[in-house]
Amino acid sequence: MSDFEAKKDLVTLRINGITVQASSGETVLTVARRTGIDIPALCHHPKISSSGACRVCLVEINGVPMTSCTTHAEDKMEVITNSPYIEHLRRDMIDLILSDHPNDCMVCQKTGECELQELAYKYGIRNPIFSGERRIYSKKDGNPFIDRDMEKCILCGRCIKICDEVQGVGAIDFAYKGFDTKVCPPFEKDLNCEFCGQCVMVCPTGALTGKAWIGKGRYWKIQEVDTTCPYCGIGCNITLHISDNRIVRVTSPEDSVVNKGLLCVKGRFGYEFVSSPDRLKTPLIRKDNELHPASWEEALSYAAKRFLEIKETHGPDAIAGLSSARCTTEDNYLFQKFIRVAIGTNNVDHCARL
Amino acid sequence: MASLATIFGSGAMTNSIREIEDNEVIFIIGSNTKESHPVIANMMLKARAKGAKIIVADPRKISMCKFSYLWLRQKPGTDRALLNCMAHVILEEGLYDQAFIDEFTTDFDEWNKSLEEFTPEAGEKLTGVPKEDIIKAAITYASSRKAAIYYTMGITQHTHGTANVNAIANIALLTGNIGRRSTGINPLRGQNNVQGACDAGCLPNVFPGYQRIRIPKIHKKFENAWAAALSPNPGLTAPEITEKAAEGIIKAVYVMGENPVLGDPNMGHTIKGFKNLDFLLVQDIFLTETARLADVVLPAVCFAEKDGTFTNTERRVQRVRKALLPPGEAKEDSWIIAELSRRMGYEMNYSSSEEIFDELGSLWPALEGITYAKIQQRGIQWPCPTKNHPGTEYLYKSGFPRGKAAFTPVPFDRDTVKEDKEYPFVLSTGRNLFHYHYGSMTRRVKAIESHAGKAYLEMHPDDAAKLKITSDASVKISSRNGSVIVPVRVTERVRQGEVFMPMHYAEAAVNILTDEKALDYSKTPGYKITQVRVEALIGEEK
Amino acid sequence: MTDPTIEIKVCLGTSGKASGGEDVLRAFKKFIQESGIEARVGSRCSYKTVGCRGFCSKDVLVDVIVNDQKTTYQSVKPIMVEKIVTDHILNGNPVPQWTATEDYDSFHDKQYKIVLGPCGEISPDSLDDYLKINGYKAARKAVTKMLPDDVISVVINSGLRGRGGSGFLTGKKWELCRKQPENPHYIICNVGEVNRALAEGNPHAIIEGLLIGGYAIGAEKGYLYIRERYHISVERLRTAIIQAKEKGFLGTNIFGSDFSFDIEFSFGTEAFICGEETALMESIEGKRAMPRPRPPFPAIKGLWGKPTVINNAETFSNIPMIVGKGAEWFSSIGTEKSKGTKVFTLTGKVKNNGLVEIPMGMSLRDIVYGIGGGIEGGKELKAVQVGGPSGGLIPMSMINMGLDYESLSKVGSIVGSGGMVVFDEEDCIVSVARFFLEFLQRESCGKCTPCRVGTKRMLELLTKITEGKGEETDLARLDRLSAIMSVSSLCGLGRTAPNPFITSFNHFKSEYLAHIRDRKCPAGVCKALITFSIIEELCKGCGLCKRKCPTKAITGEVKKPHILDADSCIKCGACYKACKFKAIKKV
Repeated sequence: MSDFEAKKDLVTLRINGITVQASSGETVLTVARRTGIDIPALCHHPKISSSGACRVCLVEINGVPMTSCTTHAEDKMEVITNSPYIEHLRRDMIDLILSDHPNDCMVCQKTGECELQELAYKYGIRNPIFSGERRIYSKKDGNPFIDRDMEKCILCGRCIKICDEVQGVGAIDFAYKGFDTKVCPPFEKDLNCEFCGQCVMVCPTGALTGKAWIGKGRYWKIQEVDTTCPYCGIGCNITLHISDNRIVRVTSPEDSVVNKGLLCVKGRFGYEFVSSPDRLKTPLIRKDNELHPASWEEALSYAAKRFLEIKETHGPDAIAGLSSARCTTEDNYLFQKFIRVAIGTNNVDHCARL
Repeated sequence: MASLATIFGSGAMTNSIREIEDNEVIFIIGSNTKESHPVIANMMLKARAKGAKIIVADPRKISMCKFSYLWLRQKPGTDRALLNCMAHVILEEGLYDQAFIDEFTTDFDEWNKSLEEFTPEAGEKLTGVPKEDIIKAAITYASSRKAAIYYTMGITQHTHGTANVNAIANIALLTGNIGRRSTGINPLRGQNNVQGACDAGCLPNVFPGYQRIRIPKIHKKFENAWAAALSPNPGLTAPEITEKAAEGIIKAVYVMGENPVLGDPNMGHTIKGFKNLDFLLVQDIFLTETARLADVVLPAVCFAEKDGTFTNTERRVQRVRKALLPPGEAKEDSWIIAELSRRMGYEMNYSSSEEIFDELGSLWPALEGITYAKIQQRGIQWPCPTKNHPGTEYLYKSGFPRGKAAFTPVPFDRDTVKEDKEYPFVLSTGRNLFHYHYGSMTRRVKAIESHAGKAYLEMHPDDAAKLKITSDASVKISSRNGSVIVPVRVTERVRQGEVFMPMHYAEAAVNILTDEKALDYSKTPGYKITQVRVEALIGEEK
Repeated sequence: MTDPTIEIKVCLGTSGKASGGEDVLRAFKKFIQESGIEARVGSRCSYKTVGCRGFCSKDVLVDVIVNDQKTTYQSVKPIMVEKIVTDHILNGNPVPQWTATEDYDSFHDKQYKIVLGPCGEISPDSLDDYLKINGYKAARKAVTKMLPDDVISVVINSGLRGRGGSGFLTGKKWELCRKQPENPHYIICNVGEVNRALAEGNPHAIIEGLLIGGYAIGAEKGYLYIRERYHISVERLRTAIIQAKEKGFLGTNIFGSDFSFDIEFSFGTEAFICGEETALMESIEGKRAMPRPRPPFPAIKGLWGKPTVINNAETFSNIPMIVGKGAEWFSSIGTEKSKGTKVFTLTGKVKNNGLVEIPMGMSLRDIVYGIGGGIEGGKELKAVQVGGPSGGLIPMSMINMGLDYESLSKVGSIVGSGGMVVFDEEDCIVSVARFFLEFLQRESCGKCTPCRVGTKRMLELLTKITEGKGEETDLARLDRLSAIMSVSSLCGLGRTAPNPFITSFNHFKSEYLAHIRDRKCPAGVCKALITFSIIEELCKGCGLCKRKCPTKAITGEVKKPHILDADSCIKCGACYKACKFKAIKKV
């Protein structure tokens, strides 16, 4: 149950001895985190409904271990999030997950951003007590956007839920049973996917990554710049990850004001054009009916000269400017000012109606 | 957009994106939201999860139909008839907002009279939508106080685009579904900074901030501000510029970041116009089809290589930041313009994009309260007139800027699509999920190209059967202006007799087919309806 | 002499059909017609196909009733029919060698049949038969003369508890659902494996129970959740629904009241997890069957998010009788906290296998030795697994315990699906636990970590022990896994999954230790821990073992002691079973 169905009645409960107020539809996890008490959770994610699958967010509620992500706050509840018993259960839960996870953090793209790695670190689990067989899958993945390494999948189900509940696509679901349970498209056939990458965004481990950024650098060595998506008019807030003067990855802050961290295939994966070899790198001037490289001085002077000549001969209204709905507002402002003042005509328009 | 501004005084989305999730009724007409504005669709699905009903009106079975409470499959070009009929039902059912009509609108009676003939029965005949569905849609929309309309080019890119927008405005005014949170009229902008380009004054009849050139006081204001004598006459629109170029009246054109050869209707006509110029200057990041015709090409930087702002579809001014060094000798557009200007005898001295933005703000009250410092973390929605103003989430909270809004009768002359034996199919054009516009950016992304790199024509299975073709077989599609060869994708997304072609693929350029003469009052071309012929290819043509 | 009234009842339940019941019935019809009896007795000769009566190991069961004189034949084959018709029906002499034995009587006599009572007696396809045993009277009474709350009170007072899962008070569940303001309400009947006999033998009782439940909780729609594979059950329920609709027992304005109720089928998949009620609801909603977290409980937020009651077919079958005969009648059966009867499937090393209905509180001894007739081959009872795969093993030493919800819970078992598997001295307890874990691991839905990975690790550890590679630390691991799984799993399947290990380890620790410390399997089951050899002195050189050995591990000349090559031996035990002189030693 997601929190938006929250009823508004206030309840008072105690978490680790601290008295807190909550609206009765809120989950214990939400209330605790808001209070500054961290409860780890691998399947819970604020953008999707809770499923209670990973069991890592167990807390003692009135003495009974329960998942805090699925239990709603109630009046007079006594919640303990950090008793030795709970920590023991939690530790073993992580141990079980790690027992079926490749121990290859040193080559995993997710290192440092991996929620499972973080918990292994916190609980100091180097070799799981409950070691045993691990699921081995051969990668068979034709899509050009998302790298799916199902051996790293911990079956938290976040990807399934975000694809279904947020994206409305439902491209993937659990298949098979028992230890062989696997997240895949129906019948492991075609992936009916929009490649929005919301699944990549919510994946807690390295199971889902963008193909574009694998091996392009560790996240802490990458410079992040907040900006606005250059595609449709929504103006999604994005963060460019820059390494070696290249965009290696694009993310969106989860709480971004416009798009709440959601992106589409273009906004998340469509930036290779920036570093395309086709980019124009020098001014060009037409000579003998062909375009030849020229210096800025040559090109600018020549252009100014031609505009002045034509203005002189045919009047300013024989010249027109077409600007772009993709350039910045500042560029557009300057452009129309140039046409209106330097040329002296109102023949200026842009492509918005096209 | 022009028409929306005529009615209300502003042509922008009246609500905010974040208000979508609280909509109770979402009426999508002429917008393939899931593909063209995917993240808006996400917000709509969130509303749906909270109980909102989605009504889709579209001739094509677009992805949004899957989530719709009701899907109205109107015949192409009959949107305004459908909207008129809905208005008829709303009046009939008494679901209008009399108090709102009295206080905020004019010309109701005349308009009301114009609706007489638009009964649901007539609507069914005109639009092909069953009358029960028209009634259901009208009642659903009018029964909610949180009903919002969303549209894009499916409404505007028609020879009757203005009439379509008027018809939309009419039902919003009739129900009073405008001027409050989560209810209003929302044109979704197709490009990142359409709003900003308009705001900045890249329009022939207005100065920055939609201030009319014709009004002497305003003309004077800008002459003073820019310390220059300015032309008092409104200029030419983009289609007119091409037209006049072909006629030899326009002699030189300066194109910044745009590719009219591919983007304007009737490519043959456009090329002719541009070739006819004495001088063509193109400033872009790629050597586009238009740049290839230029006398001088100037390398500009892309969004990631400069500072500035984009204003999104909900009027939110947001920062764009320089993250990369530009390739080669590429320069920022503002630097190029200033250098050119200087050489033409008009100095432009700006040390940063922020200075330019502040100048714009000083000339238009709606932006006056916005500064780079204020939008450091998150953007602000204009109007934002003062430094302490938080911005405006939704428009017309306390009435329309021009006073009352007028109801506009929208006649339906039934001749958008003419019977044509020679060109029996109706072609509409638009986007798919994976590409953007005419492809100069997305087609240079290998991942996207490898997944969606081929042009196609959507065609109904029955039509395909008649032509004895199957998916992936190439066809020749021709209009009076030209023809292209494109592989077919057989699908029930389109109806019999209708075909759809995405606009992104230069190798099968839709604008070889479209017609430049199909212009609306707003000078928007009718990209959504072109009458074409489709022929299977035989023998060597394949 | 007047001609006799003759009735032939043939069991055509799943087992009856599988054993050739339809051929037997055809044979009866053929011979009776050919012998001319039918012509003589006319309408007084009738055939009835009935549902299962539980004693499936002796199918096909046929009742020949001549003038109310009933003789039951067991294991009937078509070839036997001519003799039965000639000797018994024509000449009045039953065929003693084929009539049901003492086992049949003791199997039935010691049971207490409430829900199974009409099964095997009435024709499941006949509404008239059901009406004759007071069918739909309780429903009529409930709908026309009782308020929904009164119905709920009766069910609460009867003490009826859910026959499928954790044994929650049925009436309380109904009450909670009824109180929910959100509409509509739904009611679901889960027809599980163990309920097939009820659906095949007396489908109308399920329909009537569901109808009464629907009335009580304020539902207008009921679902029958059943695997499509249970063809006979589905067909008989379908017929029953059609008949009930024709009579106006289902549909609108039932019994002239303003209560309307309809029943729809929802076909499930082959998954053990579908017995879990929230997973079942997911399945009805068309999603993958995976349990939902609770709270919220289904009675508050169930199917499609609406208040929902789920009970199984056995629970519903009890309802018409409870409403008809009253709460007191029902609560007089059973123990203090566990009322009424319970159906178990008695299987394993017991003589009489089948479906048994016992009053709550009956001792395990009475079930195994009374109804079941003891252990096959006179061997020693070792343990009984009660409650299905995730139930618990109850050792011989506790055989006198009475079975009810409380006592089973006390020994780490459950009523569960009502499974009851009997193990004898030749069964290895570690292998038994491993067997159940293997099933549970396979059937884990995969959603929560402790069940998905925990069952896998338990299975691996138990396998390791049966393979003779176990270490004592493995026992500590198993113990720790059991402890976390039973408290932290999402649903009942995961929480009870460690039961087979926990209970077997509690009662048979020495057997585990023998596997680990001594590398021996006391029951001689675990192949890695046994060796076969030939005792020279006893071997007569008959060559039988040599012929049976699939790997040619035994060599030797006729009439001389043979030799077994341990390296080639795969420990299949074929020689051990074949040797008539006990000359093969298994250690």
